[in-house]
Amino acid sequence: MELTDLSMLELAAKLAAGEVSSVEATRACLARVAQVDGKVKAFLRLDEKGALAAAEASDARRKAGSPASPLDGVPIGLKDIFLTEGLETTCGSRILQGFIPPYDSTVVSLLKQAGLPIVGKLNMDEFAMGSSNEGSAYGPTHNPWALDRTPGGSSGGSAAAVAAREVFGALGTDTGGSIRQPAAFTNLVGIKPTYGRISRYGVIAYASSLDQVGPMARTVADTAALLQLIARHDPLDSTSAPVEAPDYREDLEGGVRGLKLGVPREYFIEGMDPEVEATVREAVKAYERLGATLVDVSLPHTKYALATYYLLAPAEASSNLARYDGVRYGLRAKDAKGLREMYGLSRDRGFGSEVKRRIMLGTYALSAGYYDAYYVRAQKVRTLIRQDFTKAFEQVDAILSPISPVPAFKLGEKANDPLSMYLMDVFTLPCNLAGLPGLSLPCGFTKSNLPIGLQILGKPFDEARLLRIARAFERENDFSRRLAPL
Amino acid sequence: MKLTIEQVRHVASLARLSLTPEEEQRYATQLDAVLDAVAQLQELDVSGVEPTSHATLASSLLREDVTRPSLPPEKGLANAPAKMGTSFAVPKIIE
Repeated sequence: MELTDLSMLELAAKLAAGEVSSVEATRACLARVAQVDGKVKAFLRLDEKGALAAAEASDARRKAGSPASPLDGVPIGLKDIFLTEGLETTCGSRILQGFIPPYDSTVVSLLKQAGLPIVGKLNMDEFAMGSSNEGSAYGPTHNPWALDRTPGGSSGGSAAAVAAREVFGALGTDTGGSIRQPAAFTNLVGIKPTYGRISRYGVIAYASSLDQVGPMARTVADTAALLQLIARHDPLDSTSAPVEAPDYREDLEGGVRGLKLGVPREYFIEGMDPEVEATVREAVKAYERLGATLVDVSLPHTKYALATYYLLAPAEASSNLARYDGVRYGLRAKDAKGLREMYGLSRDRGFGSEVKRRIMLGTYALSAGYYDAYYVRAQKVRTLIRQDFTKAFEQVDAILSPISPVPAFKLGEKANDPLSMYLMDVFTLPCNLAGLPGLSLPCGFTKSNLPIGLQILGKPFDEARLLRIARAFERENDFSRRLAPL
Repeated sequence: MKLTIEQVRHVASLARLSLTPEEEQRYATQLDAVLDAVAQLQELDVSGVEPTSHATLASSLLREDVTRPSLPPEKGLANAPAKMGTSFAVPKIIE
């Protein structure tokens, strides 16, 4: 077994026992990157110097018997959406090429304080808009399970790097499924916490009422441990919830006996891949064997979630991305005559086609004469979608569903068809619209060895229960312990 | 629903995007398709439904109104494409 095959907590145990150093673990990650990243292309840039310096400091703390956190010294990677002081951050966009953030995101500060070396910044769909990583201005990432396939998106680089054992865990962000779908496509555990659970300060904004940060790792316990380090109130983010986080690992082995788990009929639809449907239904049945009660539930407005999301998210994006104007940072068209032309040319050259498409759509939905018909109506339907969940959670403790209607698809397969790409998010978006926590759990494989994910949705701030439900399934099989053949 | 090229140009101008003629054509077609798909929301009766702007936020959180250190000018200007002294420099605004 290679050092890089260990889970975060297994490595942490070896660090604590003095069997291995953080410098050795970090060097092992860098060697693994050198070995496989030419094929996977998960990294946009490495921070070898910074990571090794952090590892040395961690080893000194371990030696002195005062580790900064349970994961002190465990190397990780960050989606390139998180501001990292002094380390280029592009959000997968040409418009931010060369941008050196003057400060750290709150989550990055927390991970640095906790002693985790940051190996580098990971590829993503430009401004987190996409479900395949093909939207990156720097070329797509490849799925370690099948290199001709997408790792999913938008946190596809984070997923691929962890699945390829280039890092032990990673942070992603999820606006409509961008943690959960790539986790499902690469056999990882990923959680999108409740809106407000984790600070968004210093996280480049896409759709501010939907964006949420979350951990991605190879086991449920790792995911819980990483979540623990970042789940706290942040006065720098006015949407960060002043809610104390519980100990996410305390009740992890508590099982599901006596829990009521909802199975929403609207999440098993025509056109789903039959292997995905059969595998997810098998996992749902396993919960019954483990002592949970399955309850049929209905979320009747599910079919409106896609349209709601593709009005609200682009509307928020068109507003958020107005800041890229060539004035304070980022690309500026130097040949422009006058200010107005400088804005227009800088933005046209700096943004990729999907980003421009969403800015156009969002601007249209917010423009005079269309605001009520599109934007306000979508906000009202969002209320109906939230109410569906509120009603369902009167009956059940959590909800089980597929993550994606298909397993990882081939790179290029959907790249020229925006609508069929948007359909990839049909099971993951409602959770963001309702602000609820959602977890992606490995639950099996297709015949051609592509991973399949189970989605577990919960009540607000019920992450601990989602992790416990996930763990109950994980310990019954070896799915999450299977490693990508790379 | 058919988007005209004039409408696409108007939206692009609001969004400060100088699209090429090819892009204008492409976005007219693609935005049409998306607008057709989202027209599905029109079939719902939403009378009396309150709009949701934030899913879990009851009200805005406020913090104490005390001054804190902010970025020093040289850090704030470090990524500027053009600067003059402690200011961002831009092309001439008033013709």
